[in-house]
Amino acid sequence: MNLDKLDHRSIAVGDVVAERTFSLTRDSLVRYAGASGDFNPIHYRDDVATSVGLPGVLAHGMLTMGVAVQPVVDWLGTNGWVADYGVRFTRPVVVDPLEGASVTVVAKVGVVGEGTARIDLTVTYNNETVLGKAQVQVTFR
Amino acid sequence: MNPDLVGRVFAPVSPYLVGREKVREFARAVFATSPLNHDPVAASAAGYADVVAPPTFAVVLQEATLAQLLAEPDAGIDFSRVVHGEQRFSYTRPIVAGDELTATLSVTSVKTLGGNAMVTAESVIVDPQGSHVVTAISTLVVRGDDA
Repeated sequence: MNLDKLDHRSIAVGDVVAERTFSLTRDSLVRYAGASGDFNPIHYRDDVATSVGLPGVLAHGMLTMGVAVQPVVDWLGTNGWVADYGVRFTRPVVVDPLEGASVTVVAKVGVVGEGTARIDLTVTYNNETVLGKAQVQVTFR
Repeated sequence: MNPDLVGRVFAPVSPYLVGREKVREFARAVFATSPLNHDPVAASAAGYADVVAPPTFAVVLQEATLAQLLAEPDAGIDFSRVVHGEQRFSYTRPIVAGDELTATLSVTSVKTLGGNAMVTAESVIVDPQGSHVVTAISTLVVRGDDA
């Protein structure tokens, strides 16, 4: 058996395939703004965030979504790819200028198919879920 | 929001050439450290033409199409009230550096829920041969006056 090779036969529903905590800082937000082209100031200016009634500067939802799938990408390596990925944005991630924000991802097998799997993500910040129905459909290769 | 938006198809935006350094820049921004995202040799060894874009990279292409929607004169969407509700990417194959991709937006649903309006728009992204690469689907929530 080749231990490096991973496919649908290597996993079962309920298996946790990856788990990781990411530290988002204001630097992360500026970097993501530049890379993505999303320059909405609520993601880097406290005064603007406050003026529209937010508790503080927020991480881009798309940054949280982009980061949350990485543990699955790393678990797959060259054995597969992400064919479908969807989320609901349920709660904002407030990024403190000094402390940043700690986002935890747990990736668990939801469904196993022939050459495919659905991986369900639980993404939390301050012990609250920030992404709902976060599902990653992977195709093994 | 204007319910007549449903079914509206926008003009394709000009083709986007996926650059290797853009893929690397985006990968760094989403904490993607896989050699497939950064190293063309590793990507090639795994059977890809060049570095592989992270799964959410298509948002970069989708951005220009959503700007079309927000700028539509009869849409009635106040950008300052827009919140991202849902997002999904459905791929036929991964995006790699060197891809030249064209995105076309259509509005698939407009709903009113309480004081808020929700619009779902999908950007179909194809290669120069017209083959499907990815569809990016966004649901935007436009908060009502009291929300």
